[in-house]
Amino acid sequence: MDKMPAWADAILVPLISILLAAILSALVILAIGEDPVAAVKLMVTGALGSSYGWGFTLYYATNFLFTGLAFAIASHAGLFNIGSEGQAMIGGLGVAIVCLMIPWPHWALALPAAILGAAAFGALWALIPGWLQAKRGSHIVITTIMFNFIAAAVLNYVLVNVLRPEGSMDPASAKFPEGAHLPTLHEMLLPLGINFSKAAPVNVSLLIALLACVLVWVLIWRTKLGYEIRALGHSESASRYAGIPPVKIVVIAMLISGGLAGCMAINNVMGEAERLVLNATEGAGFIGIAVALMGRNHPLGILLAAILFGFLYQGGAELALWTSIPRELILVIQALVILFTGALDNMVRMPLERLFLALRKGRAS
Amino acid sequence: MTASAIELKGISKSFGSVQANKDISIRVAPATIHGIVGENGAGKSTLMSILYGFYAADSGEIWINGKKTSIPDSQAAISAGIGMVFQHFKLVENFTVLENIILGAEDGGLLRPSLVKARRVLGDLAQEYELNVDPDAKIEEIGVGMQQRVEILKALYRKADILILDEPTGVLTPAEADQLFRILARLRDEGKTIILITHKLREIMEITDEVSVMRRGEMVATVATASTSPEKLAELMVGRKVLLRVEKAPAKPGDDVLRLKDLCVTDSLGVDRLRGVTLSVKSGEILGIAGVAGNGQSELLEVLGGVRHGTGSLSVNGADLPLSGPGSDGRDRRLAGVAHVPEDRQRDGLIMDYTAWENMIFGYHGDQGTIMKNAQILAESQSSMDRFDVRPPNARLAAKNFSGGNQQKIVLAREIERNPDILLIGQPTRGVDIGAIEFIHKQIIALRDAGKAILLVSVELDEIMALSDRIAVMFDGQIMGERKPTETDETELGLMMAGIAEGTRSPEAAHG
Repeated sequence: MDKMPAWADAILVPLISILLAAILSALVILAIGEDPVAAVKLMVTGALGSSYGWGFTLYYATNFLFTGLAFAIASHAGLFNIGSEGQAMIGGLGVAIVCLMIPWPHWALALPAAILGAAAFGALWALIPGWLQAKRGSHIVITTIMFNFIAAAVLNYVLVNVLRPEGSMDPASAKFPEGAHLPTLHEMLLPLGINFSKAAPVNVSLLIALLACVLVWVLIWRTKLGYEIRALGHSESASRYAGIPPVKIVVIAMLISGGLAGCMAINNVMGEAERLVLNATEGAGFIGIAVALMGRNHPLGILLAAILFGFLYQGGAELALWTSIPRELILVIQALVILFTGALDNMVRMPLERLFLALRKGRAS
Repeated sequence: MTASAIELKGISKSFGSVQANKDISIRVAPATIHGIVGENGAGKSTLMSILYGFYAADSGEIWINGKKTSIPDSQAAISAGIGMVFQHFKLVENFTVLENIILGAEDGGLLRPSLVKARRVLGDLAQEYELNVDPDAKIEEIGVGMQQRVEILKALYRKADILILDEPTGVLTPAEADQLFRILARLRDEGKTIILITHKLREIMEITDEVSVMRRGEMVATVATASTSPEKLAELMVGRKVLLRVEKAPAKPGDDVLRLKDLCVTDSLGVDRLRGVTLSVKSGEILGIAGVAGNGQSELLEVLGGVRHGTGSLSVNGADLPLSGPGSDGRDRRLAGVAHVPEDRQRDGLIMDYTAWENMIFGYHGDQGTIMKNAQILAESQSSMDRFDVRPPNARLAAKNFSGGNQQKIVLAREIERNPDILLIGQPTRGVDIGAIEFIHKQIIALRDAGKAILLVSVELDEIMALSDRIAVMFDGQIMGERKPTETDETELGLMMAGIAEGTRSPEAAHG
């Protein structure tokens, strides 16, 4: 028998965790002599108070959706893919190559090609650790961390030596041509008579990310492959008994995971910067881990968690901009949310379970 | 009247909404062997865990030697004179016997004084109770029976007057079990009190002075062993009359379904696990593989089921099947008509977090297209769960929420409903309650009577004797010989299980 109802497990536990993180953050803000109420107000208005704020929140959320889904797929196979950061960087390289090499007449043609490029490069970057794990037992956590560094170095080299336009001092690629420009939400909503902020970077990639949520859900819970991935994640021994080939499933799961992480590049590289720059991922690969953990590896949960972290990112930026609260404090707040929703999950869960059991017993007697 | 060695008064313990122990009271007289029997989940282990300080009881009192005692942790249990020998030994494999004995009971920062003292105490104990072990042997080098002795010595070294043994004979040969019982009798005669937890009624009858029966968290009876019988105990355990013997018609064996020749398996450490196993199973018969756990039966099942690789030759229904490389995994075996109920259903046979319906297609999901037909699988699972009397009959429940017996029924339903030509079945009733054992045995017999071949592996000799039409005994990766159950007895099989080969057996050894 389940200890508590599903809604409490999925909603109440994370909600209380966030609340605890918020309370602790407020204490920290108080301790440095600022007003927490004003800070919260500023964060909310900055991130959700205008279409400009929403535009940034959703832009960040799009990044986190891709990396969160990437982490979730691997996680279902029992793999802790910590390498989304590197896979997204290399995905950016794929996007840049696709966008710069071919003179695209229209974004509608460029986008599918860019998705393929991003996914292929990201998947390739995940393939090597995946293969090493499956065949040689090299621990995926170690190899994917190492591959993050290698990815950064590769990107550095390619940007400085290959993709940098002649005469430029900036380690970045040339600007993508006009034909590869993705419509922003502003451009998409204008024909509908809605005037969404023009300055916000949120773009058509958001829809791709939402589509990815649906596809991942179908894959994990409706397909044979998803069944095998989850089986392997739960028990390798039982999978062997059932004739599920562990090597194949590990490699496939890592390919899909890396592909999704790579796809983040269509948002931040193609949609926002419109050129490849150094460190374009800005840690979104790591945030994806927190997003997936908080969303319990379920696309719907990941969607909600991604929006929350988008809010924290954007609200935090506003906070740093308008108050004397240092930027580092934003990291503290984000860390507290991760700490409470991820690492300290049981601290909230177990008392809650006991409470529900007591309630049930009370009702029964 | 002297004080009881242990007296429990009104012990209750619940886990969430499950009441594991309900108002349990029991007295164990000093210097006796007291058996506790009950089905799995009856609450025996919980009760002993409370006594050993792993759990705190919700209510009730523990009295040791006439004194009310509180046991908040195992350290308190040890100082109250209680020693526990677990089913799974808690020994450090690459430590010597002596090192294991002082582990956690060292006298100071330096080991030598403790080791010297332990060596002396061990010598005394060996003399007093005939508990001989080589103090300098490493645990990994001595047999299971010896390891168990080390566990008992560990408890005695900590000055235990009350010994609790949890299912102590599960890993022993009949001869080793007899030896253990002699040691226990000796300990009792020297004044120790022993509590023996077991589900084997034969052992209870053989060794205990008194026996308490638990059912569904309650203590239903405590009786003098001399005044009861296995049938009566079984009835008390289950709450209704139970057939202890399996009723079956004589087998009508047909042609060979499975033929295995010269199967050899070497594990990843380079140890030979199987050394040239040759056997065949006919349609309409049950071939039982007897043997002490760890003599290659598991590897045999795994190779046949496609879980492990080996060398040799295998054919099913005349078609050759590879033993390694492509075409040798579990799915290929299932396509060839081999169904497999693994020995460890929780580790291998089921995904515990999957729902029952997801588990009902586990291993056969390869027949599905890219998108699984979940609604259809659910409906089919529901009806086969009904046919196999799985309780609760809810296919949407996760496998971990079913009892051991019902989990086994789910695995059996999955494998039998696919109408295989041969069923490999390992430990079919391990951790399964008596009521379900009856049902599972009937299903196996029914499958045999439907003309299927069955290869049965079990460490329960009683089960092998009751079900098999032919018995092959395994020892050290080899088949020691085959017997008909009607033409052999436990003594002979026990000798074969201990590696005493046919022919070398002298007449008096057979009865010694």
